[in-house]
Amino acid sequence: MSSPPVPADGREVLGPGDVSRALTRIAHEILEHNKGADGLVLLGIPTRGLPLAERLARRLADVEPDFDPQAQCGSLDITMHRDDLHRAPVRPLGETRLPVGGVDDRVVVLVDDVLFSGRTIRAALDALSDVGRPRAVRLAVLVDRGHRELPIRADHVGKNLPTATSERVQVLVEEVDGRDAVVISGGAS
Amino acid sequence: MTYLIRQARLLGEDPVDVRVEGETVAAVAPRLEADGARVIDAEGLVLLPGLVDLHTHLREPGREDAETVASGTAAAAAGGFTAVHAMANTNPVADTAGVVEQVWHLGRRAGHADVFPVGAVTVGLAGERLAELGAMADSAARVRVFSDDGMCVHDPVVMRRALEYVKAFDGVVAQHAQEPRLTEGAQMHEGVVSAQIGLPGWPAVAEEAIIARDVLLAEHVGSRLHVCHLSTAGSVEIVRWAKARGIDVTAEVTPHHLVLTDEEARGYDAVFKVNPPLRTQADVDAVRAGLADGTIDIVATDHAPHPVEDKDCEWVAAAFGMTGLETALSVVQAAMVDTGLLTWADVARVMSTTPARIGRVDHLHGRPVAVGEPANLTLVDPAARRTIDPAAQTTASPNSPFRGRELPGTVLATFLRGRPTHLDARLAEARA
Amino acid sequence: MRHLLSASDLDRDTAVRILDTATEMAATQGREIKKLPTLRGRTVVNLFFEDSTRTRISFETAAKRLSADVINFAAKGSSVSKGESLKDTALTLQAMGADAVVIRHHASGAPHLLASSGWLAGAVVNAGDGTHQHPTQALLDAFTLRRHLGGPDTAGHDLAGLRVVIVGDVLHSRVARSNVDLLSTLGAEVTLVAPPTLLPVGVSAWPCRVSYHLDEAIDAGPDAVMMLRVQRERMSAAGGGFFPSPLEYSRRYGLDARRLARLPSHALVMHPGPMNRGLEISAEAADSVRSVIVEQVANGVAVRMAVLYLLLAGGPKEENT
Repeated sequence: MSSPPVPADGREVLGPGDVSRALTRIAHEILEHNKGADGLVLLGIPTRGLPLAERLARRLADVEPDFDPQAQCGSLDITMHRDDLHRAPVRPLGETRLPVGGVDDRVVVLVDDVLFSGRTIRAALDALSDVGRPRAVRLAVLVDRGHRELPIRADHVGKNLPTATSERVQVLVEEVDGRDAVVISGGAS
Repeated sequence: MTYLIRQARLLGEDPVDVRVEGETVAAVAPRLEADGARVIDAEGLVLLPGLVDLHTHLREPGREDAETVASGTAAAAAGGFTAVHAMANTNPVADTAGVVEQVWHLGRRAGHADVFPVGAVTVGLAGERLAELGAMADSAARVRVFSDDGMCVHDPVVMRRALEYVKAFDGVVAQHAQEPRLTEGAQMHEGVVSAQIGLPGWPAVAEEAIIARDVLLAEHVGSRLHVCHLSTAGSVEIVRWAKARGIDVTAEVTPHHLVLTDEEARGYDAVFKVNPPLRTQADVDAVRAGLADGTIDIVATDHAPHPVEDKDCEWVAAAFGMTGLETALSVVQAAMVDTGLLTWADVARVMSTTPARIGRVDHLHGRPVAVGEPANLTLVDPAARRTIDPAAQTTASPNSPFRGRELPGTVLATFLRGRPTHLDARLAEARA
Repeated sequence: MRHLLSASDLDRDTAVRILDTATEMAATQGREIKKLPTLRGRTVVNLFFEDSTRTRISFETAAKRLSADVINFAAKGSSVSKGESLKDTALTLQAMGADAVVIRHHASGAPHLLASSGWLAGAVVNAGDGTHQHPTQALLDAFTLRRHLGGPDTAGHDLAGLRVVIVGDVLHSRVARSNVDLLSTLGAEVTLVAPPTLLPVGVSAWPCRVSYHLDEAIDAGPDAVMMLRVQRERMSAAGGGFFPSPLEYSRRYGLDARRLARLPSHALVMHPGPMNRGLEISAEAADSVRSVIVEQVANGVAVRMAVLYLLLAGGPKEENT
């Protein structure tokens, strides 16, 4: 997977330290709300939601030894449920890897890098309902940049970033792009 | 009507003036006075004796949707031909004096070129028993060339009888060499390309085996034989061997077999579907060499018009054949003259003199351009280049394999017994 | 990718992308909810000029699982169908708004004609044309091979190093042609085994080995043996007399119990179907644990879902495909 280049006018609003602290806080929030790790399943949305979910899973395991990152973390590809497929050339499918016990009657936490219009999450909810019937679905995102087009909200947010729609928000993660950062570019001239 | 053709390069040699009065050539000299004649400015043009095609399909009677005697001979004139031999695979088949006379009359009435009907060898082209070859020979059409073209006279006994029988009237059997059992369902040349694109193949041996048999038969009964549309290197070698033995065999090659190969089939465009099929580059090289060294005696077009719906479909459903009257001379120029394998004098030999001799019409056609001879003439501009557009052609059918390609040479005028049957607008104005 | 006409059109990366997509599709087919909304609003037409219930149903299932609308057009062709039939049929389908036409035709080159004629604006998928190509069959065969022999994590992987033997009537087989093209593109080593009469002149130019001896090919320890269907009609003189008798064919080229036993334990037994039990493949071989013949059918749906997805899901087409 190749990383898109960072534009010259991009400014970094979160660095690696900020990203790490945000993930740690989110992990604690998840455990607090769920009152432990029981019945939790993390599903990262490819591409960058997946390594973020895996890092959350490791942090959860650090705090709650009962939490098993192998068995309680997976990926959920939403490409086939998108509502905008016809607007771009055909997209390659990401991998869907579900935990061994499935999602029925568990608390699924969807993990993604950026929450914007909310359509990705809408597609994720559709994809999830084809796979099983969770007891509850929660959403954790690293960045919420506003401008929702659907009634979707995140339960856990790393950073709220008010942006203009003309701006572009890029999340870089070490596993994919070689470093952790959140970069904003573009905007009114 | 009197014409003065000014400064044409006769047989590609030095320019001469040629005066045509009525039906004959009146004078040939380096310089002639106009003297009231209509002047044709032929500077830079090559002058050939009118071309003679020994192998044309005019489709009438029966398939007038593809071509008629009138449209086909008009196309012939546009291609520089003053005479065509019309093959017998019409509907009804030209296997009686009645049908050949009908075709002959249609040709005379249209007046674009002399039509010499070819008589079928066997009744209905069925290959079982001889047609009334004598009646056809004695008819007004005076048939001398007999062929089941489209079908092969594959029964060796029938072929032997035919070879013997035509000796009585100096006829010749023109064989379409295709062993039917080896080519059942065949669609294209059998080789690397056919294996890859999944079309049943037509082995070269299906042509060569028949030619080998027929030259030996011709030798045995002391008859002459003509081989239609020879297409493989092996066939060239067999004919070369036969001639070395003194066997009276002649052979023809089509223009398309001088340039196109089986690679054209890869796109499944049925315009390239033809019988015999397009072969390999090695075969193309061999037939060119054979035409250059005289093993192959003539070029014959095998002009085979088909209506759109017979070609605009999947390959296996399409008809076999390509048009060729209007592109023949250009293709021969590109393949043989511009490559140095033939001179224009050779072109006259292989496209006029020799076909006329084989067809036994050499008292009328293929004559030298000289005083007293019938004025059957062709003027071609070898420096011109044109892109072939089937919609702009005179033939009624669009199945030319050269559509969209650029070819050298354009026929600017054709004279049939002193009367222009084709005259390009550029030459039509008289000049001082 | 605008059309899928021939396995020879697929380069390694495109072929792997199709297989990876098929892996994800196969995963969805293992769940209770097998239907996806991805191709909702698209129309897929099955244009079958040859009878083939199994392939047609496979394509129909694939399209429906992706929520596409499916129209089945069983055009009863005579042995020589005139150009007007194919052309007018295509124009009718275009007027009906077909986004993709899946065509099976007895004439080699018919899908090529549909794709290049300008009669159709949509995608053309070759479901088998004459003796030319059957690309989705080769893709599902490659998918099956990768799944069993490609290691635990197959994403992004090809078939490098695998040795596959294909046995039978290669001359008339579009499955053989597609498999030779695709398997060698994916890095596998292919050996064709057939009597000389059933090998095309020109096979020496293909990217594979050729042998007349099945026993030698089996003793070389291949990773998979793919048996091709032999038509009994071809034995007769009327059918071309390619082989003296069915018994001689089975004796020399059939996968019987003895040959099955000599295969390496990991080797797969494959067949595109339908099978002539007792002729090219014995019942023991067809039903053995090594046989993946039934799984090939299931994989066909996933592979065809992948092909339809890649051809139809996106919007503006890439310029250079």
